[in-house]
Amino acid sequence: MGAFAGGRLPPDDVVVTALRAGDETMFAALLDTWSRGMLRVARSYVSTDPSAEEVVQDTWLAVIDGIDGFEGRSSIKTWVYRILVNTAKKRGMRESRTLPWSAFEADGVPFPDGVSFPDGGRWGEPGAAWPSPEGEALAAEVRALTAEALGRLPPRQRVVITMRDVEGYSSDEVCEILEISAANQRVLLHRARTAVRGWLADYYGSVKQAEQ
Amino acid sequence: MKRFIPETRAVNVVKRFTCDELVELLTAYLEDVLDRPSHDGVRAHLSCCEHCERYFEQFRATIRVLGDQPPEKLPAGVRDRLMSAFRERHGG
Ligand SMILES: [Zn+2]
Repeated sequence: MGAFAGGRLPPDDVVVTALRAGDETMFAALLDTWSRGMLRVARSYVSTDPSAEEVVQDTWLAVIDGIDGFEGRSSIKTWVYRILVNTAKKRGMRESRTLPWSAFEADGVPFPDGVSFPDGGRWGEPGAAWPSPEGEALAAEVRALTAEALGRLPPRQRVVITMRDVEGYSSDEVCEILEISAANQRVLLHRARTAVRGWLADYYGSVKQAEQ
Repeated sequence: MKRFIPETRAVNVVKRFTCDELVELLTAYLEDVLDRPSHDGVRAHLSCCEHCERYFEQFRATIRVLGDQPPEKLPAGVRDRLMSAFRERHGG
């Protein structure tokens, strides 16, 4: 970790050469930089924390085994994340959670609370203003609620919003890893954000009511 | 000369959106992928529609909250196992 304390990894060719040479510092740096995002992405497909940890572990084992065959046709990060996504998808399919796949594949999320346009595309009843997240208690509750909201999204939306908004990856990276078009990525991201905003609005609405 | 006026106007065209159209464009607006007339149209609508402005604020607040999730960490046991696997692979 110490060698790359700034969080910036060296260029790919340096990384790959070091991994092939058995450079433990480099491997540790990758582990510590990418695993947190990988855990979250894995969780988009599997049902439990231990499952997600196993997916990440199996991915790194595949990376250790496969690094000699890495051809550099994508960035190393994309390569690692593609292994992760494939591993997680397979595992998720096996677990097949409790709902049928069709339910997960449906990307349609009904328009959430407070958003209705009955009047020729204009707002009917606009949502209430949100309180500013002053107290730590409220902030912590909102964070927890957001994590829960992510868990309610269909996997394709969840994985995109996780990479983009939670982990801060660029749109290009996400498209490359998931092998989807920029337009498709944007639609998934927008639906996911819209749904999460709706759940937060519900929550703020209930807080307000409780205060009155 | 009059017939040139419509053309001049066309250069400065700003698209007009209804509120329900507008909320569907916010991600594209934030990603800066809208064409000029649409981008300007969204901005113009937001500056004079209180409801959409509030919705947009909440949309951005949602993105901020998403970026504020507590950090995750690989359990120490898993990390140790992976470090050993790497070491073994390289005959260490
Ligand atoms: Zn409006």
